[in-house]
Amino acid sequence: MRSGERGRLGDRVLHAYTWLVIVWLSAPIAVMILFGFNDKQSKSNTSWQGFTLRWYAELFEISDLTLALRNSLVIALVSTVITVVLGTMLGLALGRHRFRGKGVTNFLVFAAISTPELVMGASLLSLFVSGNVPRDANTIIVSHVLFSLSFVVVTVRARIVTLDPSLEEAARDLGATTWGTFRQVTLPSIMPAVMAGAMLSFALSVDDYVVTSFVNGSTVTFPLWIVGAVKTGIPPQVNVMGTLIFGIGVLIAVANAVVARRRA
Amino acid sequence: MNPPMRGPLTGRTRRDVFRLAGYSAAGLALAACGVQGQKVTPPKTDAVQDFWAKQTRNGEVVFANWPEYMPGDKGPLERFKKDTGIAYEYKEVIQENAEFFGKADPVLRAGQSLGYDIVVMTNGVQLQHMLQLGYAVPLDHTRLPNFQANAGQKFKERSYDPGNTFTIPYASGVTGIAYNTDHVKEEITSIEALFDPRYKGRIGMMNDAQEIGNFGMFAVGVDPEKSTEADWKKAGEKLKAQRDAGLVRKYYDQGYIDAVSKGDVWVTMAWSGDVFQRQLAGEPVAFVVPEEGGTIWTDNMLIPKGAANPLDALMLMDYLYQPAVAAELDEFIQFVTPVPAVRDLFRERAKKAEGKDKKALNAMIDSPLMFPSEADYAKLRTYTTLTTQQEQVFNPIFQSITQA
Amino acid sequence: MRRLTPYLLALPSWMWLAIFLVVPMVAMASVSLQTGNAYDGYAMTFSFSTYGEALGRYSTQLLRSLLYGGLATVAMLLIGYPVAYWIAFRGGNRKSMYLFLLLLPFFVSFVLRTISWNFLLADNGMLFGTLKDWGLVPEGFHVLATTLAVVGGLTYNFLPFMILPIYVALERVDPRVVEAAQDLYATRAGAFRWVVLPLSLPGVFAGVLMTFVPATADPVNAQILGGTGNTMIGNNIQTEYLVNLNYPTAAALSFTLMAVLLVGIFAYARALGTENVLEAAAR
Repeated sequence: MRSGERGRLGDRVLHAYTWLVIVWLSAPIAVMILFGFNDKQSKSNTSWQGFTLRWYAELFEISDLTLALRNSLVIALVSTVITVVLGTMLGLALGRHRFRGKGVTNFLVFAAISTPELVMGASLLSLFVSGNVPRDANTIIVSHVLFSLSFVVVTVRARIVTLDPSLEEAARDLGATTWGTFRQVTLPSIMPAVMAGAMLSFALSVDDYVVTSFVNGSTVTFPLWIVGAVKTGIPPQVNVMGTLIFGIGVLIAVANAVVARRRA
Repeated sequence: MNPPMRGPLTGRTRRDVFRLAGYSAAGLALAACGVQGQKVTPPKTDAVQDFWAKQTRNGEVVFANWPEYMPGDKGPLERFKKDTGIAYEYKEVIQENAEFFGKADPVLRAGQSLGYDIVVMTNGVQLQHMLQLGYAVPLDHTRLPNFQANAGQKFKERSYDPGNTFTIPYASGVTGIAYNTDHVKEEITSIEALFDPRYKGRIGMMNDAQEIGNFGMFAVGVDPEKSTEADWKKAGEKLKAQRDAGLVRKYYDQGYIDAVSKGDVWVTMAWSGDVFQRQLAGEPVAFVVPEEGGTIWTDNMLIPKGAANPLDALMLMDYLYQPAVAAELDEFIQFVTPVPAVRDLFRERAKKAEGKDKKALNAMIDSPLMFPSEADYAKLRTYTTLTTQQEQVFNPIFQSITQA
Repeated sequence: MRRLTPYLLALPSWMWLAIFLVVPMVAMASVSLQTGNAYDGYAMTFSFSTYGEALGRYSTQLLRSLLYGGLATVAMLLIGYPVAYWIAFRGGNRKSMYLFLLLLPFFVSFVLRTISWNFLLADNGMLFGTLKDWGLVPEGFHVLATTLAVVGGLTYNFLPFMILPIYVALERVDPRVVEAAQDLYATRAGAFRWVVLPLSLPGVFAGVLMTFVPATADPVNAQILGGTGNTMIGNNIQTEYLVNLNYPTAAALSFTLMAVLLVGIFAYARALGTENVLEAAAR
């Protein structure tokens, strides 16, 4: 009985602790949101000079910035979808099966993570140049898939090795097809890992600077535009866009929790 | 010859993937043979004239620049379009000189076009590489009448590109010393402030080898434009001692300006444009060109090799030197303009303006950070121009201090 | 058909990795063995001495990077494990919400995050200014431009990459198993040590892999948050490549770094017995 009480107390401490970590991770976001309301008097948006909603009204006034944000979101979405499909497949192969070339594949997956970004960007660029491939959103997507792939593979595999393969065997014994087994049994049980991998690769893609700066041609993404604007001063519209991304994210998270509760 | 317009996302077809796969084998072959050299000899006048004689107006120009370096309504470019009938494409694709060069080098080395007719780069090691590797098209000065008439003298004498053979300035700034007036109660005039033990741990230096090298040389009384290897070593020793004494908090990139305005560092090497913006925002920072000397840096326009529309590009570059156009540009950028007449245009406008506008114009007119005085100009030097061999000596001297 | 499955599953990724990773890597390896300069061109001379020289010049920074990366990884494990544990076992139907909230800050640009940290952590800023006013920390105290700031920045920026895989592995563990184990071992600590921890090891392995490796190679945190004497190997690679155009040295440094990291990973996997875990389950 006493152990149960202690358990509940421990749970409460951990609950508070989890929120503490979330607050810590979000602390800089609070500053970012605040400065989206700053009535700044010069190009530098670094000291508080009064409240205004002006930057929300003029959110899309800087057309290149708007385009950069749109590019980033589309690229992140497309590359996340590709990465998750490829990564889940490879994760399954590595976690479930024995096959020739498994060692080499493991090695490549690790090598992709350990390649310094600069080297990856530079070598991809020389590959594209020597192949006369025009650099644009497509080459950015290809590169983002490359560096996110391993993260999905590793995450999915960490899940699969904890699963009991006998469940799938049973399904097959009951006459389910390979595809049926996958859809009915395997996929639901690895879904948390697939979702986690998707979130990781979206975050990796939407925030990448180094690799993108090599392979982008003249397509500009959100992080690229911001880094360039540091020279003359980042306009508050950037903060507002960040705020909206964050706000929409929070809404999705909350909506998700509400739906999950109804279903339960 | 214009590169095809591409939307942000055109579908990658299966054929493209195969094409990629095939070409990567070619990439391997290329890597195995080594990378081709790009030695250049200075352009011959005849060849330059021949090149330009062959060019015709194509009615379009692609301008690659830094973000926030052109008014939001693209006023100067719109006027250019109205006056000349040349359509423009303006792309904010340059984030940093190093990354931009890193990206351009393999493309230009392979003899391909960047797809831009004008690019803007700061004078420094990457621009030097661009010029030395022959990546810039020599300019036809007979077609630059506005530049000849309106550019300030200092902007025609630049050691890194004598005679403006390849580049003309877009905007400029000064590297000097900024200090936080809440913490530093004296008026700083000398570069020795950066070596003053009273400010131990509160001094900021720049990470860039050229920038810090220059200040090291000023500190030991050497003019960087005329410096020798022995001078660099002497400057290196001075900077090494400064580091070893624990004086330097950090070797900064852009971050120094936040640090000095918040008081994390009290005295630091600084760029004038940043300091001007902080002063407008009411932050406690002062700027000075030290009496031993300061550096003038310039963002330059150049036409990259393989540009599709060089003549249209040249026309646009010259157009930006009309005082009215330059004024419109500089009012937005708020750096040092290469066209001194801009100040008079600001004065005329300030007479008619009222309230907030008048105040803003007067702040610009009166600021030595946008219009340096004659005395300041006299103290300003450009970077040391280095050959390849010299670079291999110069860079390690200063990088071994900043990057240890 | 069944025997073909793993190959079909791996094929698309193989193609991707072969074209976009292996080919460029081979090219880069070739560059690291060439000599010359950007102007006269580079020629293949099988100059292995570049590796020795590069290592000689930058061994301090390499060791420092491994140290910083290691410290940050330990910090992430200590901070992240309890979070993953709580969400996996007690997150209920809000699990996804918590994970999403943990990751959201990383959907907005690192530039904005760093500017904000610089604002929050300034010597006399919101946090330390207040603490100094209350006399809780000495006047000269500062965090920015120190080793602590770099390691802290790495910890902050890679933390979700530690939490998510651990969560993914733990979430699979049936809470009833934990309860049964608590009865068996009588203490929660015992149950954790002998049941939960072993089951989470694949997740820990994945988390360490996904954080230690990129953190060690990262140039950004040292550049923005560090001070004099905090330069990491990623910064040196950048300078050699982008400023000095010393492509062979940059390539050699990168390969050295990658080799060290890969050796470390495999040694670590062996020590942890993770490869055995992976293999056993794959059977």
